[in-house]
Amino acid sequence: MFTSLSDRLSATFKNLRGKGRLSEADVDATIREIRRALLDADVALPVVRAFTGAVRERALSDEVSQALNPSQQVVKIVNDELVGILGGQTRRIQFAKRPPTVIMLAGLQGAGKTTLAGKLAHWLTSEGHRPMLVACDLQRPNAVNQLQIVGERAGAFVYAPEPGNGVGDPVKVARDAIEVAKTKLHDIVIVDTAGRLGIDEELMRQAADIRAAVNPDEVLFVIDAMIGQDAVTTAQAFNEGVDFTGVVLSKLDGDARGGAALSVASVTGKPIMFASTGEGLTDFETFHPDRMASRILDMGDVLTLIEQAEKTFDAKQTEQLAKKVEKGEDFDLNDFLVQMESIKKMGSLKKMIAMMPGAAQFKEQLEAFDEREIDRVEAIVRSMTPQERANPRILNGSRRARIARGSGRTVTDVNQLMERFEHARKMMRQAASGRGMPQMPGMGGPGMPQMPQMPGMGAGGGKKTRGKQQAKKRKGGKSGNPAKRAAEAKAAAEGKKTQHPAGASFGGFDTGPEEQFDPGNLPKGFGGIFGGR
Amino acid sequence: METTDLLIFGIVFVLAVLGTVGVLFLRATRLRRQEQAPLETDVPEAPTVEEETPPAPPLRDVPTEPQGRLARLRDRLAKSNSTLGRGLLSLLSQDTLDEATWEEIEDTLLLADIGAGPSAELVDRLRERVRVLGTRDPGTVQALLREELLALVDPQMDRALNVDGEQKPAVILVVGVNGAGKTTTVGKIARVLVAEHRSVLLGAADTFRAAAAEQLATWGSRVGVETERAEQEGADPASVAYRAVERGVQEGTDVVLVDTAGRLQNKVGLMDQLGKVKRVAEKPLGGRPVDEVLLVLDATTGQNGMQQARVFAEAVNISGIVLTKLDGTAKGGIVVAVQRELGVPVKLVGLGEGADDLAPFDPEEFVDALLR
Repeated sequence: MFTSLSDRLSATFKNLRGKGRLSEADVDATIREIRRALLDADVALPVVRAFTGAVRERALSDEVSQALNPSQQVVKIVNDELVGILGGQTRRIQFAKRPPTVIMLAGLQGAGKTTLAGKLAHWLTSEGHRPMLVACDLQRPNAVNQLQIVGERAGAFVYAPEPGNGVGDPVKVARDAIEVAKTKLHDIVIVDTAGRLGIDEELMRQAADIRAAVNPDEVLFVIDAMIGQDAVTTAQAFNEGVDFTGVVLSKLDGDARGGAALSVASVTGKPIMFASTGEGLTDFETFHPDRMASRILDMGDVLTLIEQAEKTFDAKQTEQLAKKVEKGEDFDLNDFLVQMESIKKMGSLKKMIAMMPGAAQFKEQLEAFDEREIDRVEAIVRSMTPQERANPRILNGSRRARIARGSGRTVTDVNQLMERFEHARKMMRQAASGRGMPQMPGMGGPGMPQMPQMPGMGAGGGKKTRGKQQAKKRKGGKSGNPAKRAAEAKAAAEGKKTQHPAGASFGGFDTGPEEQFDPGNLPKGFGGIFGGR
Repeated sequence: METTDLLIFGIVFVLAVLGTVGVLFLRATRLRRQEQAPLETDVPEAPTVEEETPPAPPLRDVPTEPQGRLARLRDRLAKSNSTLGRGLLSLLSQDTLDEATWEEIEDTLLLADIGAGPSAELVDRLRERVRVLGTRDPGTVQALLREELLALVDPQMDRALNVDGEQKPAVILVVGVNGAGKTTTVGKIARVLVAEHRSVLLGAADTFRAAAAEQLATWGSRVGVETERAEQEGADPASVAYRAVERGVQEGTDVVLVDTAGRLQNKVGLMDQLGKVKRVAEKPLGGRPVDEVLLVLDATTGQNGMQQARVFAEAVNISGIVLTKLDGTAKGGIVVAVQRELGVPVKLVGLGEGADDLAPFDPEEFVDALLR
């Protein structure tokens, strides 16, 4: 279904073709879609309401009705507003004029405070500070131990005078810690507190007492990116209780859309300063409002995709590949294997496709996709000899039969793979010669005539036996089933007729079949990649 | 040509060869076709309306009450798909509640993290029922809503922990994302089991997080339960799970509780590791599967909870859900959708940091809390 906001809006606006301007009813329909998208991303209801109100006002103005592409214009407005609320600029930690600078962490249970304390200490050490960790979580069993181990890994001193597990007074520990830091010349004190609920008055008072005792320069509210509607209540409670100065969004490496970021920022007006993105000590970064906005709207996170790709792809191999493409040489199956290996290292293929803009419309299809298909394709390629891989043209009938036997697939599978490989190669050639992103075979959205090029794919049971019969009869790609063969022929003819010009559309990935590919329509960071090439 | 371009091209290239999206499209069309059928049969039922089929070939027809007849007619019309029927229904009935009331109801559901889709569905169904019954009273509507929700939560489900199997030990694997409360839950379950006079052994297969094994051992030692743990940090969690179960088999323990490290569901490697932990833990059992795989879900979790449940169910086939942190302001409404989609019952709820704050899940209480 349409999950991505831009897809939804495109669908809503489809009926508007030919209309001079948007009526109020049109805008209301749009607003409903925006509301739904935000709710699906776990943005809190009151925030959604205020937000859609603001967007509605702007959407009714000339700004939208006079735009060439109203749906994109609305998406842009929504994006702008989101970035506005999330804070355009990232705020840095404010250090005290006279050290030590005190940073206090607060949040619900399991939000990730102790882990964050370690990350902060590690980061500050690398910035040339001498941080000290203070164990004020005396509630949870062995929280003190955990902090000690985390501190050790981060190379920071941990002040833990009390054993914890319900013993000791956290307020006193916090107060003493400041003196200790002064005598030991630590310039930063990080106070880790116990997790507490917003409605737990006693514990909230204790947190407020700790705050009063250490007079921190920064109070960071740690909140789980997966939190739902409760974000508002919790944020308000902590804001009243400890009056935090900044927010840290944890577990952002998950696949939650993170509407909580918007809720908290909008309800409390406090900036989101950091994002915690993993379990390692270094998985910690400053918060990027623009990326977060795209994420909430499910517009695909191309930046993250590229970053991830850069991390996993072998630089040397990539360079070799680049040279090859520059020289105008063809890709061969060896290159394909290398690429596939790298992609496999990046994790789930589904996840990766999901990061592409507009991919959400394929969500259901993606769910049904069998990741093992990659392994099957790999098996086929690996069953080829090196010569065959370097020069696929030498693949004749008997070689194909051998490959099929070797990989445990059918000849039809091999044929189909080679067919797709040829298509992809053509596509790469066009891309390399600088005509932008060409039509991609097999990647079309609904209504794309290229579809029937993959007969039998995903046909499920009965496929194997049919493949064998086919193998005896002929080598070509035509189907053994007469009705199907006719359909194929027809489709092929249609395919010729309706051939899209090269670079016309990103295979239905972005805007759907009817719309022209326009690099300007893509989310930030994506346009530059394909534009003008 | 820049390297980033190349990377993207590379990815696209591989995708194209795999024919991924093409396959997907074909499958999707089929899926869509399948989906259409059940949709039409998904018409709300009005339990107040009696079915016409008389029981057996009995004595005499029992005439229905006159005032029930109009409701029945409207019900029939509501079920019909023809335009005429729909038109007649709107003529015969009117929406007796104003938009504000409906909005209020939807808001209640949304605020409980039920989710935008299911909330809208529930409200639509309710609207239809209200039309059929012709109620004007918001109180009745509330009662109807409660009824609908309760039906979704399904009080009939078996929510008992499966620890009384024929073969000992019963093995319980506890899984979930980071910070959901797995270790705490394991500690609490151990207490309950000890209170029921069962012998328990804990397996600290969370070898990743600092001091996780100590945390579990502390829980265990409070009730005199031993903990099987790795000799060093960062050991293979599967081997710890194996040793715990093996020791349970040797010592004839009633229940072995295995705690695992928190993992986000989109980390493929970690999910594979979890699958391995489960497989390896089953080895000493001689082909018998683990008795219970409990997914710990934080009640504050929003719509991502669905994704969590889906992925964990796929990886280790969860058999029950523990909803933790219900003592806060969060309602945990996401489990309604989870239970409906996966059919996995919520078995236990965590109600705080106290040692004994673990209770069996009560559907009625849960629904009442949702609507409060």
